[in-house]
Parts: sequence; structure tokens; C-alpha cells
Amino acid sequence: MSFNKSWKEMEIGAVVKGGSGLLYKTGNWRSEKPIIDYTKCINCLICWALCPDSAILRKGNKVEVNYDYCKGCGICANECPTKAINMEKEEV
Amino acid sequence: MTTVAATKKFIEATGNLAVAYAVKQVNVDFISAYPITPQTIIVEALSQYVADGELKAKFVNVESEHSALSACIGASIAGARVFTATSSQGLVLMYEELPVASGLRLPIVMALSMRALSAPINIHNDHSDFMSMREQGWIMLAAEDAQEVYDLTIMAFKIAEDERVLLPTVAAMDGFTISHTLQRVDVLDDEVVRKFVGERKARFKLDVENPLTFGPLALTDSYFEFKRQQHEAFKNSEKVIREVFKEYEKISGRKYEPLKKFMMEDAEVAIVALGSTVGIARIAAKKLREEGIKAGVIGFTLFRPTPKVEINETLKDVRTLAVFERHLSLGAVAGPHYMDIISSLDKKDDVKIYDYVYGLGGRDITTKMIVDTVKKTIEKAKKNEPMEVEFVGVRE
Ligand code: SF4
Ligand code: SF4
Repeated sequence: MSFNKSWKEMEIGAVVKGGSGLLYKTGNWRSEKPIIDYTKCINCLICWALCPDSAILRKGNKVEVNYDYCKGCGICANECPTKAINMEKEEV
Repeated sequence: MTTVAATKKFIEATGNLAVAYAVKQVNVDFISAYPITPQTIIVEALSQYVADGELKAKFVNVESEHSALSACIGASIAGARVFTATSSQGLVLMYEELPVASGLRLPIVMALSMRALSAPINIHNDHSDFMSMREQGWIMLAAEDAQEVYDLTIMAFKIAEDERVLLPTVAAMDGFTISHTLQRVDVLDDEVVRKFVGERKARFKLDVENPLTFGPLALTDSYFEFKRQQHEAFKNSEKVIREVFKEYEKISGRKYEPLKKFMMEDAEVAIVALGSTVGIARIAAKKLREEGIKAGVIGFTLFRPTPKVEINETLKDVRTLAVFERHLSLGAVAGPHYMDIISSLDKKDDVKIYDYVYGLGGRDITTKMIVDTVKKTIEKAKKNEPMEVEFVGVRE
């Protein structure tokens, strides 16, 4: 999307390149942030499968939160069988 | 002397058939609509043209008006010249898609055979469907008779598709009164119309290798800017509409202006109307003049964008107005014409304008009713009475 542009320079009718949704860093909607405690994580991938924003990524042999898109819904923390995920307040 | 290349060719047509004929001549690529009284004959005639091979367009039958306008939106995105038609409840079923068509800046042309909104059910004419479109970002034109709706339909494509505009456009006529009344309609030759409207220039190429997003999310950071852009498109359209009217006059010999003026040169009181009532108002003005009252008529051909410049010009010397609204803005102080005129006037302290609601659900308006209302208006103006909407022709 055309952030910071004047209305005169924006795309007529908001027609933009495909995949423009990636430019929306929806992470800033978050009020709570999931923090993974790797000492408890057993790599079951339940959080990865259930995150509605696909914001849990597999990096090497562990899971990681992509904070650019994680909206802080807390589903991962709720579903984690070992309670390895903690929701912490976002600093404003 | 005019340099008109006008042909003497004419057809006998109702308003609906005149629209269908115009749509055939502009050579649309795509039509989708759902039948609804009193518009049905437009799409019936068009489907016949397509079936007979007279019009090489894709005619898509759908299960509702919501789908009809949705299909039109898709086709317009793909670059097609697109037409639809509707009335009343059909229009309000399209409602969700009306601002989508304008927000995406798609030059779809719609014919509206104006009809009262339910409930209770009524199939006859008033302007409540048309007026409900005011906030949805469509250019709005209104015809007085079948000739005008033929002409305006052709011009609507040229206005809507102009790159300075790119806004959907509705050309409306009074349901039944015009849509079903047979009249002589002077028509242009196909080639003349085609040359006038030209080809639609597609803005995009739909290509899977280079995908585009239509109708993306635009939240707090960008929505406002897109709306500001649409507002500008309306401003630009004023100029384009005047140009198109002038250009059309050259090929047809028929003069169009945002506001029609009749006996306004020396008028002391003006009757304001839209649609077929403008014709009745002309007769009323003549009658009033026979009685020594210098009346004139202002008819709205262009409703959106509001013809502010013309309103100021036309009302320079006439400060007493009887405004006839075939629409009731429920809960509002006055009707749309009243509000548009008042908000357009740069100088309004001395203007005496009175609002009258008439003809709802197709109730007839007569010359006498207009004459009497104008006389009443003059009395009210003399006494400097405050404006309160009055009803003409309702049983008290
Ligand atoms: S908090 Fe919600 S959005 Fe963020 S990673 Fe967990 S499940 Fe995904
Ligand atoms: S659900 Fe819990 S244990 Fe399973 S991968 Fe995610 S954080 Fe690790």
C-alpha cells in the first residue's frame, strides 16, 4: 500500500501490485506478545499449525514468532501442551 | 448556422427502448442485469439484440441484482465496456456493490427507470431509488423524456470512461411515465455514435504473471487519501461533462446543459424539478405568465456532481424558488434539491426557497397543482415565512 504518499500520487482506485498484503505489518495491532520458552518447547508444531496468521515459522529445528504479523491473539499460548508460550504485555 | 451532421433518422421508442438502442449503438462488451419493473424492457431488448447477433456483447444472466452489479464490476476491471439497468428494490439489492464500483473507479453505466421504494410495494415512479444513490460515488444524470435518456445514455459512457473521471454513471428516467411512453426519438447513425464514444481504454491487463490486487485493504493509513481522490474525480468530471455535452451538440444538434432553463431570462419566481415533471412545469410557467406572474423553470439534468456554478449563475436574479421533490427525505429538514441549492449558493441571505414533496409512488402532478403551489410560494416569500416542507397532492 502507498504509505506516506499524498492522495495525488496514490494508485487510482487503490489498484496495487499482487501480494501487497505483505506490506501491512499487522504486528502493530498487538497488545500482548507471545514469548517462547525454549527450555519447555518440545517442537510438537501445534502452535505452528494453529496460528491464524501463520506468524509462527519453522526456523531450523525450532519454532519462532514472526512479530511483523503476529497479532497477539494468544491461541498459540493457549494450545501449547507444555505451556512453553507466555503472553507478555506490549510496551507502548 | 450550425454545422450539425445530424441525420433525420428517428425511431419510435419508449424510454426503455431508447436506452437499449443507445446501448447497442455504443457497442458495449458486457451486460449483466436482472429483470425488474419498470426497467425490464431495457434488458429484454438488449438480450434480443445479442441473441439476434446485432450486438456482439456478452450477456450474463444472473440470479439477482447483487450478482448483476458484481459481474459488471469484474467485467469492467477486465477492461470491458459495461452496462446494467435496474429500478427500485433491484437498485437497493445492488447497494453493497454501488460504492465498490465507484471506489474501484470503474466506468460502469447504469440505466435506472426510477420507481418508488418498498414498503408498501409500489411499482410507479418517484425518485426515492435515484436519490438513495447520492452518497455512493456515481455521476448522476436525469432525463426528462425518451429523447433525453437516449442522448444521456450515450454521453454517460463518454463521461464515465474519460481518464480524468473514471466514475460509474447512472442515467435515470421516470419509471412508466417515460420508460413506457412511446415517443419519437431522433437517433444518430451507429458510426457517428461509435466515433463519438470511441473505444474504452483498458487501464490494466489482467495477467497471471503480473498479478494485481483490486479492492485491497486500506486502513487508517490510506483509506482517507483514496476518498480524497474520488472527490477530485468528481471535480474533474464537471469540466468533462460540459465538454461532452458540447461535443454531443455538434453531432446531434441537441443542446445539453447541467441545468435546463426555461423562460428564466426575466423570471421572478423559479420552479425547480427533475425528470418528466420539468415538462409539466414548463406548461405551468406559461400559464402563470398568462396571469402576469413571471415564472421560469430550472430542470436538473446533472444531479451529481452538483452543478454549483450553474446554480449560482441561474439564480443570480431570481430569489424566489418553488422546489419540487419527488422524494421524501424522511427525518430531514428538506429534500435533496433544496439542500443542494442552498449549499451551492454563494450568497443566500435574500433567497426565498420553499420545498414541496409531490408525486410519491407515482401520484400524478398536474399543471394546476404547480400553478397553485407557485402562487402559494410567492405569498410565503412576501410574508417571509420560514421554510417547512409541504406536501402537494396528498389527502390531508
Ligand atoms: S499470538 Fe496469535 S498471532 Fe501471535 S503467534 Fe500466537 S497464535 Fe499466532
Ligand atoms: S506448541 Fe509449544 S511445545 Fe509445541 S512447538 Fe509450539 S511452543 Fe513448542
